Amino acid sequence: MIQHAIATRGSSFLQEVIEHTPGGERIVHCLQCGSCGGSCPNGADMQYTPRAIFALINADEREKVLTSNTMWCCVSCYFCTTRCPQKIPITDIMYTLKRLAIRDGLAKDTDAPALAKTFTDLLDRYGRSFELGLASRFYLFNKPMALLKMGPLGLSMFSRGRMALIPKRIKKIEQLQAIIQKARQLGGRS
Amino acid sequence: MAEKLGIYVCHCGSNIAGMVDVEEVARWAGKQIADVAVARDYKFMCSSLGQQMIEEDIRKLGLTRVVVAACSPHLHEKTFRRACANAKLNPYLCQLTNIREHCSWVSTDREAATAKAKALVYAAAERVKWQQPLEPMPVKVNPRTLVVGGGIAGLQATLELADAGYEVYLVERSPSIGGHMAQFDKTFPTLDCSACILTPKMSEVGQHERVRMLTYSELEEVSGSVGHFRVKIRKKARYVDENLCTGCGICVEKCPRKVIDHEFEAGLGYRKAIYTPFPQAVPRIPVIDTQACIYFERGKCRACEKVCPTNAIAFDQKDETIEIDVGNIILATGWKMFDCRRLPQYGYGRLPNVYTNLEFERLCNAAGPTGGKIVLRDRKTEPRSVAIIHCVGSRDVKTNEYCSAVCCMAALKFGHLVLEKTKAKVYSFYIDMRTNQKGYEEFYQRLLEEGMIFVRGKVAEVTDAARLPSEHGQLIVQVEDTLLGKQRRIPVDMVILMGAMEPQADAKELGLKCGISCSMAGWYTERHPKLDPVATMTDGVFVAGVCQGPKDIPASVAQGAAAAARVQALITKGTVMIEPVVASINEEACSGCRICNNLCPFNAIEYDEDKGVSRVITAMCKGCGTCVAACPAGVISGAHFSNQQILAEIQGALWDANPNGNGLGGDGHASSAGDTQPSLVAG
Amino acid sequence: MKYAYYPGCSLEVNSAAYDVSVRAVAEELAIELEELDDWNCCGATEYFSQDELTASAVVARNLALVDPELDQLIAPCAACYLNLKKTDHLMATDPEMGAKVNECLAAGGLKYEAGRVWVRHLLDVIHDDFGEVAVRDKVVRPLTGLRVAPYYGCQVVRPLSEGDCTEYPMKMDRLLTWVGAEVVDYPCKAHCCGGHMTQISEPQAFELIRRLLANAAEAKADMILCMCPMCQLNLDAYQSRVNGFFKTNFQVPIVFFTQVLGLAFGLPPEKLGFGKEIVPARPVLEAKLSSAPAGAGA
Repeated sequence: MIQHAIATRGSSFLQEVIEHTPGGERIVHCLQCGSCGGSCPNGADMQYTPRAIFALINADEREKVLTSNTMWCCVSCYFCTTRCPQKIPITDIMYTLKRLAIRDGLAKDTDAPALAKTFTDLLDRYGRSFELGLASRFYLFNKPMALLKMGPLGLSMFSRGRMALIPKRIKKIEQLQAIIQKARQLGGRS
Repeated sequence: MAEKLGIYVCHCGSNIAGMVDVEEVARWAGKQIADVAVARDYKFMCSSLGQQMIEEDIRKLGLTRVVVAACSPHLHEKTFRRACANAKLNPYLCQLTNIREHCSWVSTDREAATAKAKALVYAAAERVKWQQPLEPMPVKVNPRTLVVGGGIAGLQATLELADAGYEVYLVERSPSIGGHMAQFDKTFPTLDCSACILTPKMSEVGQHERVRMLTYSELEEVSGSVGHFRVKIRKKARYVDENLCTGCGICVEKCPRKVIDHEFEAGLGYRKAIYTPFPQAVPRIPVIDTQACIYFERGKCRACEKVCPTNAIAFDQKDETIEIDVGNIILATGWKMFDCRRLPQYGYGRLPNVYTNLEFERLCNAAGPTGGKIVLRDRKTEPRSVAIIHCVGSRDVKTNEYCSAVCCMAALKFGHLVLEKTKAKVYSFYIDMRTNQKGYEEFYQRLLEEGMIFVRGKVAEVTDAARLPSEHGQLIVQVEDTLLGKQRRIPVDMVILMGAMEPQADAKELGLKCGISCSMAGWYTERHPKLDPVATMTDGVFVAGVCQGPKDIPASVAQGAAAAARVQALITKGTVMIEPVVASINEEACSGCRICNNLCPFNAIEYDEDKGVSRVITAMCKGCGTCVAACPAGVISGAHFSNQQILAEIQGALWDANPNGNGLGGDGHASSAGDTQPSLVAG
Repeated sequence: MKYAYYPGCSLEVNSAAYDVSVRAVAEELAIELEELDDWNCCGATEYFSQDELTASAVVARNLALVDPELDQLIAPCAACYLNLKKTDHLMATDPEMGAKVNECLAAGGLKYEAGRVWVRHLLDVIHDDFGEVAVRDKVVRPLTGLRVAPYYGCQVVRPLSEGDCTEYPMKMDRLLTWVGAEVVDYPCKAHCCGGHMTQISEPQAFELIRRLLANAAEAKADMILCMCPMCQLNLDAYQSRVNGFFKTNFQVPIVFFTQVLGLAFGLPPEKLGFGKEIVPARPVLEAKLSSAPAGAGA
């Protein structure tokens, strides 16, 4: 029944989003009520509100969606998800859109993918996050001027023992890397 | 046994034929099932041509049993039984099996559906061979009717029947009739005063010589069936003697205890410990609220008793159970208000100036706690801006999936009242504006002209957390204006939540007492959603008003009148034929153990002291089979549901399309089920 | 009662105050915490933004490391808490995904059976398992007179809340009342702190932080109490920059709820990580809690 509901809409992008999101088929129930767009703490800055994103997904406007800033405004507060009267997993759909945009190189006007990449590169290498490494690398390559402003903040953190100078590596880093390698090899949802 | 079976497989257009190979089912039945004289398929078996075909076969081929594989027996069992009767075949020798709701509509695999249809036909064929001719029993219809619920739907039904010359018992749970409509100020779309159109009906009911009102009373128990129900009603203690009280009201005036009235005034006003809910209450006899009364709390006071000029106060009154006999029952039990605290994002209960729709009805009612002045909780300040939020607890799968049907119009009415009585700006936050009855769309247009502001979007939250200095001290409505695709924050002074209509908390329980069921949402299920909206699956029990589903006043009134018309038809007819599907006890073999006596849910078994045996009161028996299963001696039998019939049916149903399967009759041939007594018979 | 403990990266360094106060409060309540041996980062929101399977496998390694004798895992950081819970949930509700995650774990010689570990937050453990009587019983220095704004943030209460309201949670409110604090009505208590937005778009993040500070200041709260290191970091470390950006002058100390809970249980401030916050809590603690021993704060 639900497969039929998705297929008859004739949007291959809708199909794609649903396949990549656990519980994503709820999207066909969207009433266009806007409780998501109204709830979002960053809703005012979004090019399209989540509600409008669902309309665009139904209309198969893949590129418009994946080049928009909407999902990059999402901070995973889950207000839209818990308030949606149709139980659409909106935050999870935002994650899907982030993944698709990064995978297809469509992410625009945001440093979020660069931050995410730097973060996970460090994780892959050490098994732990490393703030100094993350901040210096991310700012150096993406917004060197902002690094200056971060100076005093870093210093006050450091003086209170809240910033480590060297990364910590977990003992069984090879084990973690083997797991990560296997995951990459298997690939995510088809 | 030399039975001659006719098997009739219906296509139901494409409803069945679209998923089941009906020709194959008929062909197969003709070949594989023992004793089948004829097996046919037909486009619409329920059409007059289809019925004629069956009648002719009975006459010409001398059929002794008929199986129709079609839709639910709820829809067409009567049709085919009548066809058999027309051809002089006892209607109880016809068996309808459901290959639509139970098969084609719930299948996606044509082959599997066809196999299932064959199994169902097989089961019916095996069963029908054991069925006995039965004769329905005539029962006289008691011309008295019970109406449960004194809201507008129940009042309408009561008046229709009483005016037609029949006696009515009207049972109402609260101290006065009138229902929710008595709380409202104006009614949409005409804006006539709710009390002005309701109270004449209330007093007419109150004074009607053929109406016996039982207010402050609840339905306890129902037994019997159409034409002859016996009903137990609990009349709660009022602590006021109804025969002595003149309704002068001096007791209320002198009562020293004042408490918040959470019922009629929706928490906005006060009432005394002895009270009538509102000035036009019918009857005007007050009630003592034992939770509030000083005498019940501390053992002294009795101020009311001292001032009563007719000595009507009766502190020793007890709940009383009344038994009445009626022929029909109309349930018009209405609805309850959604608890807006369940959606904390709207701040109800935390933010004082967030109101529910019911509170606002009282607020703008001239007889209400503020005398009709629209003011904030401080009782002084007139709001400069009001936000009306639609769909609070409606159209939301986490609360209620359904649309409450009246809120859009009520919101427009509120908008009009605010604009009329104050200088405030009024916003309506809606998802879809639903104004689809006579005069409703015109009312929407009127509000557009009057200056109500419409924002399309479900409100995300109402907060007192200001972001800008301009928002301080106000309630901020945060919403996506979906027509702009922009998030907006609109500061207002007052918020009205259009809370959903919900089924009464005990709707299911009351339904069970009367033998009717509820939908998933909790509304009473009608016999047919389009063609029989006020009857139920239980003959003699009718529904009217919101208890059947959200609706407005005109629709409730129409249903009240419709239910009354249905009852009148039965009364005028005088007798009804009741199903002969009843239990009977073989008195010779009965040991008189009386186990069945208390198990019968319909009190239909009596005990004969002299003979020392139990006996079924046929007119009360509903054929449920409880006693049949319970009898330790196995001497109770259920007509139309004998052990042979059921076991034969099971054996037929176990036919397996897959020859390698484990089902009985795997060879596709009729096994011994039809020829010999099934060996599984217990007891 | 013994629980597995997943501190998470933030608690190691930047929110060490949370870690020490969690451990100290746990000890007072006879909660034994067994830290996972060789745990790894949960990936925050960053891994899930890139690759669902890898993100899940990285999280699942931690679930697989839980001592087979234990069936409950405490994660104080909201992001870690949600990632652990969400992964367990995903593996349980989507068996295909669960099998894939286990295939990845197998590459590291590990295995996790969905549903085996109940991921919990310390607030839920104290509120639900101990309750009012047990908590009141532990109080030796009631926080009378201290006005606190309980700040829950997002990811513990949404989307997988354990019985608390997702809009207006109350568990921390109640807990703080039990230890004698004066809890203000804080309408922003479950609103967003900006998360990683401080790194990506400062104007957006600063506005979210400003709202929280302004709302607490308006409610005349002496301090904001957090239950997530990211919230604490954003509100505390960025407070002066937010002041500069909006020309405001907020001075709201931001500490973890476990820190003040420890105070109420009579533990010395230095054992609770006080002094690590950037906006100092000491002045207000000294002013409000007359019996506060010297040494509170840096």
